[in-house]
Amino acid sequence: MNTAAQSINQSADVFTVAGHGFHARLLIGTGKYKDLDETRRAVEASGAEIVTVAVRRTNIGQNKNEPNLLEVLPPSKYTILPNTAGCYTAEDAVRTCRLARELLDGRTLVKLEVLGDQKTLYPNVTETLQAAATLVKDGFEVMVYTTDDPLIAKRLEELGCAAVMPLGAPLGSGLGIRNPYNILTIVENARVPILVDAGVGTASDATIAMELGCDGVLMNSAIAHAKNPVLMASAMKKAIESGREAFLAGRMPKKRFASASSPIEGLFF
Amino acid sequence: MQIQLNGTPTDIPAALSARELLDRLELAGRRVALEVNGEIVPRSTHPGYRFHPDDKVEIVHAIGGG
Repeated sequence: MNTAAQSINQSADVFTVAGHGFHARLLIGTGKYKDLDETRRAVEASGAEIVTVAVRRTNIGQNKNEPNLLEVLPPSKYTILPNTAGCYTAEDAVRTCRLARELLDGRTLVKLEVLGDQKTLYPNVTETLQAAATLVKDGFEVMVYTTDDPLIAKRLEELGCAAVMPLGAPLGSGLGIRNPYNILTIVENARVPILVDAGVGTASDATIAMELGCDGVLMNSAIAHAKNPVLMASAMKKAIESGREAFLAGRMPKKRFASASSPIEGLFF
Repeated sequence: MQIQLNGTPTDIPAALSARELLDRLELAGRRVALEVNGEIVPRSTHPGYRFHPDDKVEIVHAIGGG
């Protein structure tokens, strides 16, 4: 590897969310793994620095000695991004964020998602806007999951969200980046980091998101539901780095017809 | 005195503090957050916090999620 490429990989290319700098542009969820050990191994293989968690009731009187997720993924080592998964109203989402802040000793970085219905898990944009406004006012740094609508993405930025995270396809669908032109428009308009959240199914999907100029990708099912989650986590790490470098390198223009790479001059026949 | 603890009716002594409740549940020192009737009860106030009859008490933690 040459020096220029090294500097891109290791130090210069940082993305910043609400004043915190990160090298890893792959963010991963911690749901759907076989057990906590698989979760830990997948997170390690992915190189992720930011991991999402859900906030739920403790099981009173059960599994007292069972290891806790945050003992396996300590907040001293990882940036824990609590989500509002399962919330269908702004009120529930705000309440979940406040509990998360208490849980994490006052840390204010949250992933806001307010869903519309159980079949599509599509973002409820009106409730999302309302919750985002309340949370920003309350001092939270909000990374917000939303549709791939460029106007709404901009509106969420204007409300003060720290990052906007449009879906590539429905949550857990693995259908890939269904509307790359919308993602591109959102990226081009943005002054805050844009991350694709939801829809990635395999490594090439993650690369496409990064080639569009996204600052990062957040995924869970694509890794956790792979036959070999730890290997897929490693594949995703490379896919993200690959797409990022291709974006920075600037792709060649597309042409309709061929262009020979070997010179015509000097042909001996 | 009865409270709703994570959705389940639960009898507790009237003088029990939030800290003592967490001790009884073997959750003291674990990374949990406490909410009563929709309001956060900050960890620093647990030792002196007392419940009222029919309080809706939620104790939450972080689990795997995307």
